[in-house]
Amino acid sequence: MSQHLLILPILLPMLTALALLLSGQTSTSFQRLASIAATGALVILGALLLYRAGSGDISAYALGNWQAPYGIVLVLDRLSALMVALTAVLAFGCVLFASAGDDTRGSNFHAIFQLQLMGLNGAFLTGDMFNLFVFFEILLLASYALLMHGGGKARIGAGLHYVVLNLVGSALFLVALGVLYGATGTLNMADMGRRIAMLSADKSALASAGALLLIVVFSLKAAILPLYFWLPSTYASAPAPVAALFAIMTKVGLYAILRVNTLVFAESPALVFIEAWLWWGGLATILFGGIGVLAARDMRTLVAYLVLVSVGTLMSASGMGHVASVSALIFYLVHTTLIAGALFLLAELVGMQRGKAGTRLVRARKLRQPTLLGGMFMIAAVAVAGIPPLAGALGKLLLMQAADETQRLMLWPLLLLAGLAALVALSRAGSVLFWASYKGEPSGPVANRRQLSGATWLLVSAPLLVLLASPVSHYTDATAEQLFNPQQFTETLLPPLVPLAKEPLAKTSRTEATRTKAPLIDTSSLTNYSKAVSSDIATAKQPALAHTAASVTGDKR
Amino acid sequence: MELLFSLVTGVLSASGIYLLLRGRTFPVIVGLTLLSYAVNLFLFSMGGLHTNAAAVIGASEAPADPLPQALVLTAIVIGFAMTAFIVILAIRARAELGNDHVDGKQGDEGEQSK
Repeated sequence: MSQHLLILPILLPMLTALALLLSGQTSTSFQRLASIAATGALVILGALLLYRAGSGDISAYALGNWQAPYGIVLVLDRLSALMVALTAVLAFGCVLFASAGDDTRGSNFHAIFQLQLMGLNGAFLTGDMFNLFVFFEILLLASYALLMHGGGKARIGAGLHYVVLNLVGSALFLVALGVLYGATGTLNMADMGRRIAMLSADKSALASAGALLLIVVFSLKAAILPLYFWLPSTYASAPAPVAALFAIMTKVGLYAILRVNTLVFAESPALVFIEAWLWWGGLATILFGGIGVLAARDMRTLVAYLVLVSVGTLMSASGMGHVASVSALIFYLVHTTLIAGALFLLAELVGMQRGKAGTRLVRARKLRQPTLLGGMFMIAAVAVAGIPPLAGALGKLLLMQAADETQRLMLWPLLLLAGLAALVALSRAGSVLFWASYKGEPSGPVANRRQLSGATWLLVSAPLLVLLASPVSHYTDATAEQLFNPQQFTETLLPPLVPLAKEPLAKTSRTEATRTKAPLIDTSSLTNYSKAVSSDIATAKQPALAHTAASVTGDKR
Repeated sequence: MELLFSLVTGVLSASGIYLLLRGRTFPVIVGLTLLSYAVNLFLFSMGGLHTNAAAVIGASEAPADPLPQALVLTAIVIGFAMTAFIVILAIRARAELGNDHVDGKQGDEGEQSK
């Protein structure tokens, strides 16, 4: 059982989704119950995974028992455990909120929601580049459907842009994978990292091109400056629980960047460019996000721009590229994901009670529950703007401390100014939403208990992260340490390098290796080489080939 | 063969990108399709181009790399699903927004006569 723990976060949502889809039009209450129960089980699974990864061990799960680097592996280290747990916690709040009525505006909400969770968990757990692509597609396809849930002009319009952009992104992803595979001859992340370190100059240039292309794709998902224009309209038009869940979607891009930067491209000459691009792009995103926050005329757009500011902050931290900054980044990531989700849910709660005006920042009718919602809004605002005593301040403080002398000159003013912009915009929004109302009796619906508990579940994270700051930051420190020691990862995952790998030909791709290039090498090494290759083929390759084809074609369905 | 292959890939992606930048949903979808063809061809070539080399060990002296073929198969199926989705989405958008412009608004210039 325990060795199968790694696959459960993927299997559980998948089976739930299939059961929900196959059971057809069962009663809504049954669907809600199943979905909430499955997501609750995911939270428990996430906790188990955290506990397991917390010991510092890296566990690998070879799908179908095909060994790496030929088979596809799932890998659990501290970072992936944290991301899976974070997804589960966020999703639990969203699914509670959705169960109050948002799920009946279209069909199959819960099934698609579970598929989305499957894609997210898979993307966090996989140790294989192409498998990452497959899980990205699963989560994207589910996100397209969730985004359109309920229909409506704004959603369709924003959805069209989102889908087209992401399809182009997927095409680029494939090109990048093709280049990387052509240069290194492997798709396993750890193996690829190992081989990139040993490439000859011309292959290395090819791998760098692939690496940079891959970062462009991940930056599109993470929404960093030149590639963020899809985000505000998409997030602002999505149904509230979906927008809240999407708070983790940008973090998938960030996770992928962290993963490939530390594991795959750690030895690549392209890393310098990647980090520079992330640093400056991140800073510019903070700046433009801050302007967007000030300019937003709708609560939901405002929150979308706040997400953007947090993306910029996280990106610039990942561009700093040292242990302390990554540790601070992970701490801030946990906080900002949950609080952005809470804000999207709160905006919806407020909008529901304001009649036609909805979440637009204009004078409208009185709220039914001004004290309760106002109080929640204030907590969320304080947390997201980064004012003590809540977790936002702590996260930002850690980040600012992590920056070195020259970086501080750039980061500190931007980060603090963005905080100020958030503060100004949120106070303005709060006073319009809660105070600038017409005279008369409030007539909106009272917030449903499930909606309130969903929003509260996410909101509680802000004070909780402060109370638990010490264990959490220990964990994030250890996570960052682990990320910057990819040897442990490689050793767990892969058999030790055979001596063969030190010979020149072994650096080339698998295909070229199977062909003989006699003139390039002397005969003795050729004989050794072909012996090694044939044993390689006999032991591992033949079944692995069949498996790769089978599992790859199997995965996509 | 290499020249022909790269020319085809290049022309496909160039046409795909040109169409992607058009203002109406139908050319955009055709552009996406062309682009995905180009990408599939590119993926196919990433294991190297061979003639008379089946991807079966023992069938020929130098077997081709079978992995790209498996990847292309996956990419084709995923691309197919995505194309189906976006076609439906475009039809919905045409119905809901009243026109087939990607911004949901009729442009002021050109193309209106169609």
